[in-house]
Amino acid sequence: MGWAIAVHGGAGDIPLSLPPEKRLPREAGLRRCLDVGIAALKAHNHPLDVVELVVRELENNPHFNAGKGSVLTTSGTVEMEACIMDGKTMKCGAVSGVSTVVNAISLARLVMDKTPHIYLAFDGAEAFAREQGLETVEMSHFITPENIERLKQAQEADRVQLDYTQPIPKEVPKEAAVADGDSQTGTVGCVAVDSEGSLATATSTGGIVNKMVGRIGDTPIIGAGTYANHLCAISATGRGEAIIRGTIARDVAAVMEFKGLSLKEAAAYVIDQVPRGNAGLIAVSSTGEVTMPFNTTGMFRACATEDGYSEIAIWDSPTK
Amino acid sequence: MGAWAIAVHGGAGVDPNLPKERQEEAKRLLTRCLDIGISALRSNLSAIDVVELVVRELETDPLFNSGRGSALTENGKVEIEASIMDGPKRRCGAVSGLTTVKNPVSLARLVMEKSPHSYLAFSGAEEFAKKQGVEMVDNEYFITEDNVGMLKLAKEANSILFDYRIPAVGTCGASAAMDSPLQMNGLPISVYAPETVGCVVVDKQGRCAAATSTGGLMNKMSGRIGDSPLIGSGTYASELCGVSCTGEGEAIIRSTLAREVSAVMEYKRLNLHEAVDYVIKNKLDEGKAGLIAVSKDGEVACGFNTTGMFRGCATEDGFMEVGVW
Repeated sequence: MGWAIAVHGGAGDIPLSLPPEKRLPREAGLRRCLDVGIAALKAHNHPLDVVELVVRELENNPHFNAGKGSVLTTSGTVEMEACIMDGKTMKCGAVSGVSTVVNAISLARLVMDKTPHIYLAFDGAEAFAREQGLETVEMSHFITPENIERLKQAQEADRVQLDYTQPIPKEVPKEAAVADGDSQTGTVGCVAVDSEGSLATATSTGGIVNKMVGRIGDTPIIGAGTYANHLCAISATGRGEAIIRGTIARDVAAVMEFKGLSLKEAAAYVIDQVPRGNAGLIAVSSTGEVTMPFNTTGMFRACATEDGYSEIAIWDSPTK
Repeated sequence: MGAWAIAVHGGAGVDPNLPKERQEEAKRLLTRCLDIGISALRSNLSAIDVVELVVRELETDPLFNSGRGSALTENGKVEIEASIMDGPKRRCGAVSGLTTVKNPVSLARLVMEKSPHSYLAFSGAEEFAKKQGVEMVDNEYFITEDNVGMLKLAKEANSILFDYRIPAVGTCGASAAMDSPLQMNGLPISVYAPETVGCVVVDKQGRCAAATSTGGLMNKMSGRIGDSPLIGSGTYASELCGVSCTGEGEAIIRSTLAREVSAVMEYKRLNLHEAVDYVIKNKLDEGKAGLIAVSKDGEVACGFNTTGMFRGCATEDGFMEVGVW
């Protein structure tokens, strides 16, 4: 037993040839956020505060697809979503369609703490943010040149494929991959457990590049991208549709509870059930274990435990 | 070839003082919807087609809290949500924040089949609806006099309560309708007329499907999303079963209620009835909710820890039951 923490910056088809100028800032970002989380745990902050703090840092970092640096909708706008959950009380908060709130994860926390609801979206969420005096900015604050470029590439690739609003004879490709695998990395998250076994999880994202306006992914859906109970805390990343239908975050805890598997076994089992190339997750257990399995090419991730272990990685799944 | 089964619901948590006539009205509508579903099953429609058909019927009738007759937001408008899930490949579609789409469950189906995504909301969903050419109406179409009255009651109850979730202790004297001490979501239960609707079906091929549709919580904050459009919470279907839930949205989300039934069947190897019992008994804590479920083997079950749930179910061997308590 002891504290443990893990953070992720998105799973996806991260090319092994990722150039240093794209790799180094993200590794540095993960390292910094991990350190922020570790310091907070050492200072005996509650895991709920720790995960919120860490995800705020990740949102503020323009190299990750959350907050500043969020990928763009098909209209070139930003629609962010976030979710937070407390393992002990199972209280949770989620937001979607947020375009001017600097830290969507903090808005999700306020929904959890200050409303009788769990999930607020779009105009209602924005109005609530203002009521609560959260920091809001012009949407342009979140938009980076890299993401404008990613949107351009995605829209060009789309022009080659059929326009999905036309009737098509066969199955519509669900959230199809874009040429540049790098643009598929999405979502940031943090899970933490303290030495008393209190667990928390937080996930935040800009979503999927070139998404339809109004598209909601797995991140704010309790049980899909985010979940925590008395056994474990999970934050998932990858292809939203696969994570939703796989109720991935919930399943890790369910498999532990109903099949008696360990955290590591349960997480590996759940990831295995998802078609290859679709998902990754980070998870911690109430007894201080941590695991970060994925079935994509890579997942930006880092973790640390109280006994001194720490790791920062992009490729090479530890389940091998 | 297996046997079909179907169940419908119109909300968990019923005021014991609900006038007899309203109870009968609700039962008649549930019966009619069951008949529509049964007819469709006998004509060999697939489970996914049947759940959509039945929920459309429930949305169109103003009696329940879905489509026409939806509960109102704090601003007196309607924001509707729905989701649908097809067991065999666990395909799913969901919508939230609809204000002009006549049949939300059908839009959810279109999201599932005609978009690259699983869930669309608010103006983006409405845009998609227009492009798909679905029937659109004015927001006023959904608003009923009954619900305008209910909203007023809810606001009065809230002005007395400090915390929405803390049960008031006999402070509501606004009208005779507030006499019931039962609470749900922190409001006197009388505020809850017939509620969220849903349908679950298993067809002769053993395919399960589920769909849920609702106007959400009376007097909700604009932008509030409940359990109904959330896959795994209000709606779920897999190879094993189809589930649709109703009740306190926040409690259903926390317990990922719909997924729980399937998970318990899958991982604990319980059968449908055992799974439904287990989940209702153990996974709701202080939350109040109910659900209907079917299994691939043609079984149907319902469970609730509320005072009553509007429901109906039928199986191919001729069994049929519609009830409130």
